[in-house]
Amino acid sequence: MKLTVNDTEHEVDVDPAMPLLWVLRDELGITGPKYGCGIAQCGACTVHIDGQAVRSCQVAIGDLVGDVTTIEGLGTPDLRHAVQEAWIEGQVAQCGYCQSGQIMQAASLLETNPAPTDDDIDRAMSGNLCRCGTYPRIRAAIHSAAAKLQEG
Amino acid sequence: MGKLKTFTRRAFLVGSATIAGGVAFGTYLVKRDPDNPLAVSLAEGEATFNPWVLIDAERITLIAPHGDSGQGVLSTQAALIAEEMDLGWGDFEVSFGVPSGAYWNRALAADGVPFMPTDESFAANTARSAMNSVAKVVGIQGTGGSSSMPDSYVKLREAGAMARETLKLAASQRSGVPVAELGTQAGAVVLPDGTSIPYTDLAAEASTLEPVEGTALRDLSSWTLLGAPMERLDIVAKSTGTQDYGIDLVVDGMVHASVCLNPAKGAPLIGYDAEDALAMPGVQKVVEVTGGVAVIASNTWYAIQGAMAVDCQWGEADYPAEQADHWAALEAAFTEDALDQEWRNDGDVEAALDAGDVIEAEYRMPYVAHQPLEPLNAIVRVTDAQVEVWTGHQLPRFLQQVVAGVTGHDTDDVIFHNQFMGGSFGHRLEFEHLKQAAEIANQMRGTPVKLTYSREEDFSQDFTRHIAMGRGRASVSGGQVTGIDLGVASPSVVASQMSRMGLSVPGPDSQIVAGAWNNPYSLPNYRMRGYRAEGLAPTSSWRAVGANNGGFAFDCLLDEAIHAAGADPLAERIRLMEHDVSRKVLEAVGEMSSWGGELPANRARGIAFVESFGVPVAEVVEVEQTDAGIAIRDVWVACDVGRVLDPVNFENLVQGGVIFGLGHAINCEITYAGGRAEQSNYHAHEGMRMYQTPAIHVRGLENGEHVRGIGEPPTPCAPPALANAIFALTGQRLREMPFNKFIDFV
Ligand code: FES
Ligand code: FES
Repeated sequence: MKLTVNDTEHEVDVDPAMPLLWVLRDELGITGPKYGCGIAQCGACTVHIDGQAVRSCQVAIGDLVGDVTTIEGLGTPDLRHAVQEAWIEGQVAQCGYCQSGQIMQAASLLETNPAPTDDDIDRAMSGNLCRCGTYPRIRAAIHSAAAKLQEG
Repeated sequence: MGKLKTFTRRAFLVGSATIAGGVAFGTYLVKRDPDNPLAVSLAEGEATFNPWVLIDAERITLIAPHGDSGQGVLSTQAALIAEEMDLGWGDFEVSFGVPSGAYWNRALAADGVPFMPTDESFAANTARSAMNSVAKVVGIQGTGGSSSMPDSYVKLREAGAMARETLKLAASQRSGVPVAELGTQAGAVVLPDGTSIPYTDLAAEASTLEPVEGTALRDLSSWTLLGAPMERLDIVAKSTGTQDYGIDLVVDGMVHASVCLNPAKGAPLIGYDAEDALAMPGVQKVVEVTGGVAVIASNTWYAIQGAMAVDCQWGEADYPAEQADHWAALEAAFTEDALDQEWRNDGDVEAALDAGDVIEAEYRMPYVAHQPLEPLNAIVRVTDAQVEVWTGHQLPRFLQQVVAGVTGHDTDDVIFHNQFMGGSFGHRLEFEHLKQAAEIANQMRGTPVKLTYSREEDFSQDFTRHIAMGRGRASVSGGQVTGIDLGVASPSVVASQMSRMGLSVPGPDSQIVAGAWNNPYSLPNYRMRGYRAEGLAPTSSWRAVGANNGGFAFDCLLDEAIHAAGADPLAERIRLMEHDVSRKVLEAVGEMSSWGGELPANRARGIAFVESFGVPVAEVVEVEQTDAGIAIRDVWVACDVGRVLDPVNFENLVQGGVIFGLGHAINCEITYAGGRAEQSNYHAHEGMRMYQTPAIHVRGLENGEHVRGIGEPPTPCAPPALANAIFALTGQRLREMPFNKFIDFV
């Protein structure tokens, strides 16, 4: 099976039922997407497929259609996406384990809604669990990323 | 440590660690400090002055022995050293270090003594220092009980000062300029003519000197790092998906494993049929571990699928199979026989109850799971010569002993590489997953094995927070609260946890009553008893431990009494609080929230005060009745940790602690049916999500005499403040968690 992740094409030979998450993590060594629950309850595994935020634990590799972007493809420590920049400025992370998923979810929210209200944010982000409770900072960072993106 | 003796220079450096420890701990009971682990592997030209600083020609490495499960202590520990050394922020590497007795946790030990944290009496301090000696001998290098900062605050700054002064001495000898005329800046010694010599350049010379001890620590007013917001050293990695956790690591030649364990925690495996599992793709083999089986595969998902397909026959739990019997055991525990300790008996509570109006109430605090977002995992490689372990853990020294116990190696031959933890909340104080990983790897010597729990297995095996019940009476008279008589019954979490480490703890368990016996109120009549229920499910420390139970029962009962007396909830708490630092916390939260002011329609507030780990915390919660249910709108928190070392991280941790407390209080419990936990994943035990999260306003006061950690104390105060707010809004008293069993939240 072939798949494109962060603009690079890969070929894997696995059970087609294997979730994309595990193909990324264990077959391709792309570990930004995290395993939290495996049942679409936590959002730690969130990636983009053709720009849409998707729970990679729920996509069987055999059913994958579209190009995959993981947090590694969104930005890098040296070349950061505006959302990552806002996350760093707002010192959002505690343990940080949920944050790849939070950032991917937030980036996709801002794609479709460049100036979200608190309610919009709550609606878009409530599928992403943060056991450390960084929600107030996530909210603030999304607002500040929105402002940054609007300034261009 | 034998090899040290052949190198005079190295042996000498070990001596310098002794000086560092001696200054920091000053107890004569145990004079010899543990050897400096950094000295063991020093190369020519490398210098170590104490167990926390290592410098060579290329780099400066600071050792942060307290594991980081998200509290940011890696950064704060580094900042304590860097502040005294004048290091540019980030111009150094930080390592978790190796497990060593040199990093024993003084503060964790001090919390084990049965004296109130606010008790500064001679007896209390003597007991603390005796515990310190015990910790030193057994080498507790632990992270827990919000102890990282109390443990580090003085000792790491002293380590930095010693390194700085020794480097200055080296520069003085090289340049001929007297030490008094030398300065330090950005990782270098600066001469009067402006020339600067980098520390790395001085390392080789400094390593031949006797480390300079006894330098006074810098005055807080001259701090440049501490006390101001710092960019956490891990923040970029954690915002770009580049932070590795234990679960992300790859070791060459590694296989993947997952387990299927008896859901009746601790009970045996009777038999199993692995035929179906072995026929599945990617599955390589199935091996037995204590209490279950492990499936080895070429990928984590194959291993998890395989583990679910093994058909196992299980032995029965040694605790009650059904939840109702757990509650019944607590109900039956309020007896003379089960009395663990009478912790307080101030004044004459019976006389107060006779004289006043009496209210009576019973409170129920359920089992709750830890469930940090990174599931339990570990990589272990066993060879005949040694064992290597990669995982994030809060008790590195015990980890070595536990693993050595499984594989038969010497403890010193267990090499531990500590990792960043994707949360813990007490979960990574446990060892069962490490025993299993070691058992598997021991059956496959030479092959590294990565064990990853599925979330379902993690829920099933979680040693939860201990269940508890509070029964109390309070007397009111003349518009005031005059007495409280409270008992709390629960299993001993300390005994349960220690038993899995092969230790038994004599004496009463202060965690049965924490949050209640140690509250600093000066109630004229106060009796507080702890009762120990035996034979219940195994439990473990859960963020703030016993204070979650005792604090809920005590504060809710006090609130009921205050309302019965017709007094104001804040004013009466302040009236009853003679302890100065705690009273100021109450006053601050009143001021922050403008307590007593007009509120919008459909809104009401509650207040609570709970002390844990020496940190007094007061919280005000504001709730609103909406068409969709009760919404938690705002929380104001005031607490006193003596000194706030990083205001931004502090605020983050306080907010997180409040959310943890509220989320579990409204949404979470673990219940047993057929001996197994009924909740198997986050859908049934989710804590708080963003849509339920209030705005949280934080103030850190600095009146306390000791520096305290903030990872846990905000948590226990949140549930009673919420329950008291809901009473103020609806007139309904919530005496049992989780609250969503009784009312609807948005
Ligand atoms: S791991 Fe995919 S949603 Fe939790
Ligand atoms: S930062 Fe730890 S789970 Fe979100």
